[in-house]
Amino acid sequence: MTVSTHDGLGPAAADHLDLLEAEALFILREVAAECRHPVLLFSGGKDSAVLLHLAYKAFHPERIGCALLHIDTGHNYAEVIAYRDRMAERYACQLHVRSVEDSIRKGSVRLRHAQESRNAHQSVTLMEAIAEFGFDACLGGARRDEEKARAKERIVSVRDEFGQWEPKNQRPELWSLYNTRVALGDHLRVFPISNWTELDVWQYIQREDIELPELYFAHQRQVVRRGDILVPVTHLTPARAGDTVETVSCRFRTVGDISCTAPVASTAVNVADIIAETAQCLLTERGATRLDDRASEAAMEQRKKEGYF
Amino acid sequence: MNAIVNSSSDSFDTGTEPTTRPSGLLRFITAGSVDDGKSTLIGRLLYDTGNVAADQLASIQATSHKRGLAAIDWSLLTDGLIAEREQGITIDVAYRYFATARRKFIIGDAPGHEQYTRNMVTAASSADLAILLVDARKGVVTQTRRHAYLAHLLGIPELVLAVNKMDLVDWQPAVYHAIVDEFNAFVGQLGRHHVQAIPLSALNGTNLATRSEAIPWYSGPSLLEHLESSPARRDADVAPFRLPVQRVVRVMLGNAADGASDAEFRGYQGTLASGRLRLGDEVAVMPGGQRARVAGLSVADRDLAEAGADRSVVVALDSEIDISRGDMLCDPQQLPQVTKTLSADICWLSEQPLDLRRKYLVKHTTRSVNAVFAELSYRVDVNTLAYQPQPDSAQMNDIVRATLKLHQPLCADAYSDNRTTGSFIVIDPVSLHTVAAGVIVR
Repeated sequence: MTVSTHDGLGPAAADHLDLLEAEALFILREVAAECRHPVLLFSGGKDSAVLLHLAYKAFHPERIGCALLHIDTGHNYAEVIAYRDRMAERYACQLHVRSVEDSIRKGSVRLRHAQESRNAHQSVTLMEAIAEFGFDACLGGARRDEEKARAKERIVSVRDEFGQWEPKNQRPELWSLYNTRVALGDHLRVFPISNWTELDVWQYIQREDIELPELYFAHQRQVVRRGDILVPVTHLTPARAGDTVETVSCRFRTVGDISCTAPVASTAVNVADIIAETAQCLLTERGATRLDDRASEAAMEQRKKEGYF
Repeated sequence: MNAIVNSSSDSFDTGTEPTTRPSGLLRFITAGSVDDGKSTLIGRLLYDTGNVAADQLASIQATSHKRGLAAIDWSLLTDGLIAEREQGITIDVAYRYFATARRKFIIGDAPGHEQYTRNMVTAASSADLAILLVDARKGVVTQTRRHAYLAHLLGIPELVLAVNKMDLVDWQPAVYHAIVDEFNAFVGQLGRHHVQAIPLSALNGTNLATRSEAIPWYSGPSLLEHLESSPARRDADVAPFRLPVQRVVRVMLGNAADGASDAEFRGYQGTLASGRLRLGDEVAVMPGGQRARVAGLSVADRDLAEAGADRSVVVALDSEIDISRGDMLCDPQQLPQVTKTLSADICWLSEQPLDLRRKYLVKHTTRSVNAVFAELSYRVDVNTLAYQPQPDSAQMNDIVRATLKLHQPLCADAYSDNRTTGSFIVIDPVSLHTVAAGVIVR
């Protein structure tokens, strides 16, 4: 394993990453100590990569004391799946994969049309997996800065048997005293990196030298422009008649279901470049004269939402 | 704020002067009445520090324009959670993030409505600093006192009195000073606090991210300057060493992590609640009181010679002592009290009132014990600060002084000495909800 190079001998106060890390380790250990059968949701994306690394640190010198669960939409980049398997092996974690495809076969998921995004259907498969294994806590890499509704979500959040989040009925969360008690049939969603921002995640990836799928770094890719969005040309999202296919230097800011994840134009080939780009992105947002990375990400999210209805 | 000495009434210190350099992370809350400009202040602060995304900005510009406003309504940034508003979850605390070159900030954004004491308490529990907004035209109002009291109750050491809408009183120093004096007189009664007062206009951004030349009579920092340099709680943490044990970690039968030694190992995982720990230090294992020395200290695969407050570590000791989750490693010279009785101030959070006949669960550090409320001494009216003696229950948002009897002892400190070992939550064993927050008085 890589060893961080920063000075860790001083008080944790010296560095906000130390504090965020310490908070995450604390939360992971609370779950490990108080929950009966926790599982770590691992998709192979950058946030779950950070979460897995934090789990390694939280349990050390024991190996990670819970299994990994991936809900496979069947629409993942092969590279991400290979990365997922490699990480599970490196950390000696049991990896459970449950696929939306199986739910479709069983009839619990019904698609409107074959090419529909399967993102929304993941939750059905997830709930089936939770019931199958009897998980009482699912550790996830969600962050509160991702979207507005998340800003109000607790670090430890109770879900009922339908997996529903009841925003009105959340438990107040005080100090670092997490209430992890759940009734039989309910389960917890726990987000140890709630307080991290996208930039924190990248800074931590750099500091800890965390391996990521290559998709996160700038590469040449065939895309089609649809408004502000670069749509990758893949077997699931082929070019339509009349489309102009371009080859551009781009990278993914988030890695998910192929049918709804778009790359952004970028020349950032390493983590340092990405950090600079992410910081720069905040500066250009002041001007607001054009839609930049983040805006297109939001636009993409909007598209995802529309796909639901 | 070391640079600001008490030469004027802008900075008012009733306690010890903070000394060390500020940490990389500050958690703060904003409080004030509904129309005092809290949302405007947050929105404007996010914008002026370059933390508003282009799409967010475009959206609130469009909405402001649509409503026929001449300028951008910054409150749309934080109040713009339309879907959430429709769902009626405005009572909740939202967490927001921004960063400058010097620091990262976490804002606990608690709604200002009067009935939501519990939200203020929730947000305040983890805050290092509280910004109390006052409308310059209205001055110190009941809500200001209430929030100052709650900030005091939750032990927030740093208070900022943001005197907003100063442009609407023509930046008159007399108006500002009268408000500051009144506030300081009130806070002085509560106890030790460091108060920084700042005259500003959130709407215009005056004295928010940058200091304004337009106010020659004010020599203090802008709000952002103050936030960037104000000490976080942990900066001045000189409390004795405490480490509640979260997990006992045992390497045996081949369960060692990749790269870790396969040799048998027994250690204790936890986060330093306070103080420092060095290799070779003697620690007391509470509640038993056995002594041992620190033989190993690490964060994952990195060995440390020393660790400070808030660090999540693994500790190995030089002697075999039976230690489990819920025990606490402590400074042997300054032990916590081991007690089965707590005297505490309780904020009741649940819609279901406190029931003196019922058994509850108290979670304190990493230990959970059964408890009953033996006595309620008084209820504090947070609006008037008047005491109502001997209440027979507590309703949601009530603050009561209570005595709890515990089935097993806890290793506790007074909250004023240690926010981690002095705080607890109360869980209803039937609903499993968190029903109260408690700060230990003794």
